[in-house]
Amino acid sequence: MVPSPTVSGSLRNRLVLALIGGAAVLAILLFFTVRSYAAKVAQQGQDNILVASVASILDAAALREGALEVDIPYAAFSMLSTPSDDRVFYAVFQDGAFMSGYDDLQLSDGPEEEQWTFHTGEVRGERIRQVSARRTLVGLGKQTEIAVALGQTQDALSDTLDQISRNAAYLGLGFFLLTAALSFWVASTTFGQLNRLTMSVTRRGPQDLSPFKKPVPKEMAPLVLSLNSLMGRLDQSLSQSEDFIAEAAHRVRTPLATVRSYAETTLHRVERKENREALRAMVRAIDESSRAAGQLLDHAMITFRADHLEREEIDLVDLTRELVQRLTPIAEMRELSLSLTGEPSVPYSGDPILIQNAVRNMIDNALKYAPADSTVEIDVDTTPGIQITVSDSGPGFPPDEIDMLTRRFERGQNATGTIGSGLGLTIAQDVATAHGGSLVLTNQQKGGACVILSL
Amino acid sequence: MRYLIALILILFPLVGAADDWEDRLIFNEGAKGAHLRVISSTDTVLFAPLIESFVAQYPSISIEYLVSGTADINRRVRATPEAFDVVISSAMDLQLKLANDGFALPVEDVQVPSWAQWHHSLFAFTFEPATIVINRAAFEGQPIPQTRQGLIEALRKRPEEFRGKIGTYDVRQSGLGYLFATQDARASETYWRLMEVIGGLDVRLYCCSGEMINDLADGTIYVAYNVLGSYAEVRTEGKDALEVIFPSDFQTIMMRTAMISEVTQAPEAAEQFIRFLVSQNPATPEGHSPLPFLRSDTDMTERETIGLNPALLTFLDGLKRQKFLSAWENAVIQ
Ligand SMILES: Nc1ncnc2c1ncn2[C@@H]1O[C@H](COP(=O)(O)OP(=O)(O)OP(=O)(O)O)[C@@H](O)[C@H]1O
Ligand SMILES: [Mg+2]
Repeated sequence: MVPSPTVSGSLRNRLVLALIGGAAVLAILLFFTVRSYAAKVAQQGQDNILVASVASILDAAALREGALEVDIPYAAFSMLSTPSDDRVFYAVFQDGAFMSGYDDLQLSDGPEEEQWTFHTGEVRGERIRQVSARRTLVGLGKQTEIAVALGQTQDALSDTLDQISRNAAYLGLGFFLLTAALSFWVASTTFGQLNRLTMSVTRRGPQDLSPFKKPVPKEMAPLVLSLNSLMGRLDQSLSQSEDFIAEAAHRVRTPLATVRSYAETTLHRVERKENREALRAMVRAIDESSRAAGQLLDHAMITFRADHLEREEIDLVDLTRELVQRLTPIAEMRELSLSLTGEPSVPYSGDPILIQNAVRNMIDNALKYAPADSTVEIDVDTTPGIQITVSDSGPGFPPDEIDMLTRRFERGQNATGTIGSGLGLTIAQDVATAHGGSLVLTNQQKGGACVILSL
Repeated sequence: MRYLIALILILFPLVGAADDWEDRLIFNEGAKGAHLRVISSTDTVLFAPLIESFVAQYPSISIEYLVSGTADINRRVRATPEAFDVVISSAMDLQLKLANDGFALPVEDVQVPSWAQWHHSLFAFTFEPATIVINRAAFEGQPIPQTRQGLIEALRKRPEEFRGKIGTYDVRQSGLGYLFATQDARASETYWRLMEVIGGLDVRLYCCSGEMINDLADGTIYVAYNVLGSYAEVRTEGKDALEVIFPSDFQTIMMRTAMISEVTQAPEAAEQFIRFLVSQNPATPEGHSPLPFLRSDTDMTERETIGLNPALLTFLDGLKRQKFLSAWENAVIQ
C-alpha cells in the first residue's frame, strides 16, 4: 500500500478564494465608486438648480430711487419644486442686514473670488444644502451689496441616492456573482488538467514506464518533464537490476559447474581414501554453494517480481501439471512417484513464474525429505479457497521448529545431510504473500509433511 | 334639516365663547374619544355635512369647528400652534408656507395624487375656481361679459351705473384674495387694467366671499370679482338674479388644503380626519356636500389649478408683498 502524501491546503481552494476575494473587493469598490460618483452628480444637479434660482433672485434686484428693490421672480422658487417636495428656505440681506425671508438662515462665507458659496448645514432640524451669493449694485452715487442665501432640504436627493445605491448594489452583486462563477469555472478547468494527468498516471500498468505524450498546458510541462525523466531513470535502473540478477546467476553458477565437473573428474582419478573423502566433501560444498546461489538469485527475483506483481490469467492445474511432468524424472531417480489430484481446471490471475517457483520448492522439499518408494501428493483445489497442497509420507516437520522454518536460511534438524539453503519455504511464503495469500505448514496425522499454499 | 340642527348647535357653544370667532361649533359633543380642534376658513354651512358624516363614522371623536379668515388662521396657527389639531384654509400660499416653516405634521401614505399634496403634510381636497358673479338686472339688454376684458369693456361703457357697485377682495386683509390677485397678476396684465378700471369706479373691498355675495344678492353691488365658485353657487341657488361667470380667458383655480398641526394632541384622530377629507368624492350621491371635492382623476394640465409648490412662497416674501400691495393700492385706491 502506497502511503498517502501529507496534504497541506488546497491549490484549488486557494485559487478560488483568491479570485472570489478579489471579486468581492472589486465589487465593493465598484459599489462605492458608482455611489460616490452618483452622489456627486446628484449634488451637482441640486447645486445647479440652487445657483440658477439665486442668480434669478440677484438679477431681480435693482436700485430704484436709491432704495433696493428685490422682486423675486416666480420661477426662482418654482424651479425648486422636487418630487419629494423639499422644503425651501431663503434670506435676502442688504449690506449684511437681513431684509426678508427666513431670518434663521445664515450667509455662508466662502473664498472671496468665488461667486457661489455652497454649504451643507442644518436649519430647523433639517439638513439643507445652501447656496449663498452676493451682488453689488451701483446707483446714483450709491453703492449697495445684496446677498442671497437659499437653502433646500435633500429629501429628493437622498431618494435618488437610495435608488442609485440600490442599483449600484445590484450591479456590484451581479459583478461579484458573475466573477465568482467564473472563478469556479476557471479553477475547475485548470485543475481538470492536473486531474487528467493524475488519472493517466494512476491508470498505467505497473510495468508501463513510457513517457507521457499527451499535450499538457505550458505550466504543467516541467512537472510532466520531470515525471518522464524520473520514469526514464526508473525504467533504466529496473532493467539494469533485472539484467544484474540474470548476469549474477549466470556468473556464479557457470564457474561452480566447472569447478564441480573438475572435482568429479579428479575424484575418479584419485585412489587414496582420504583424498577421495576430501574431494567428496568438496563436491558437496560446491553443490551447497550452487544451490545457495540458485536459491538466493531465485529469492532476489521473487522479491523483485513480488514488488511489481503483474497478474495474468492462468490455469493453476495446467501450471502444476507441467511442473509435475518436469520433476517426474528427478522423482523417479529417487524412486518416488508424484500424483496430481483435485479440480480439472482452476483459473486464477497471478504471476505464473512466481507460483511455479513456489510450487517447485514445495515439491522439491517433498522429494528431498520423503523416503523412497513413497508417493508425493499434489492437490489443486478451490475449497475452502484456491490452494495448492503438497503432502508426503516422510517424517514431517520437526514439531518444535515448525514455526521458524519459513524464515530465511532456517533449516530443520532433519535437514542435516541434505543439500539446501533454507530459502525454499521463504520463497513459497513470499509468493503467497505477494498474491494476498498465505503458506501453512502442518504435519499429517498419518505422518508426513503437508504444505498448503493458499492464494 | 341638517343645517338647522347645525344652526341650533351653534347657539350653545357660542354663549360662553370669549374668542372672536366668525363661527364656532362643536360636533358630537361629549364623545369619549379624541377631541379635534379644526380651524378652518370654510363657512360652517359648507362644511357641517362633512363633519357630521365623519363623526357618524367615528362616533368616539368630537370636533370643535372654528371658522376664521385665511389671514387670521395663518396668524393664529403661527402664534399658538398647540391650540389646533387640523388647519384647513383656502389660502394655499399661506398653508404651504406654514408647512414649509414646519408647522405641519407629515402623514404617510395618504391616497392623493402627488400634485394634490405637498411634503406629505399638506393635502388638497377641493378645487374651486375664482369666479365673477353678476347681478343680471344690471346687464339687462346688455351682453353678459365672459372674460375679464369683456368686463372691462362693460364697465367702461356705463361707468356711472357701476360706480360704487363693484366688489372684490381687499387683498390686504384676505389671504385668499391675495392669492387670487397674485395669481391673476401672474397670468395676465389684464388683471391690472381691470383693477385700474374698478379702482376708478370706487370699488368696494371685502374681507370675505360671504359678505360680498350677500351684498350682491341684495343689490348693494352688481359685480363681484374673484368670488369663490363654491360659495357663489350655494348662494345663487334659487336666486335667478345672480349669474356665476367662469371667465373664459383664464381661470384661477384654488385647492382647499388641510394639514395636521405639528404639535397636535390627537394625531390619530387628526390623521383619520385628513384621510376622510381626501377620500371624499364628488360623485358620492349621499354626500350632497356643496364643496367641490377634488377628483383624483382630474387631468391637471387641463385644470389650471394653482400648483402646490414652493413658488407659492414668492408673493409671501416681505419685499415682494410690499411691492405687490403698493402696486395694487395704486391701481385700486385712487
Ligand atoms: N517435506 C518435508 N519433510 C520434512 N521436513 C521438511 C520438509 N520440507 C522442509 N522441511 C524442513 O524445513 C526446512 C526448511 O526447508 P527449506 O525448503 O526452506 O530449506 P531447504 O530445503 O533446507 O533448502 P533449499 O533452500 O535448498 O530448499 C528444511 O531444512 C527441513 O528441515
Ligand atoms: Mg527446500
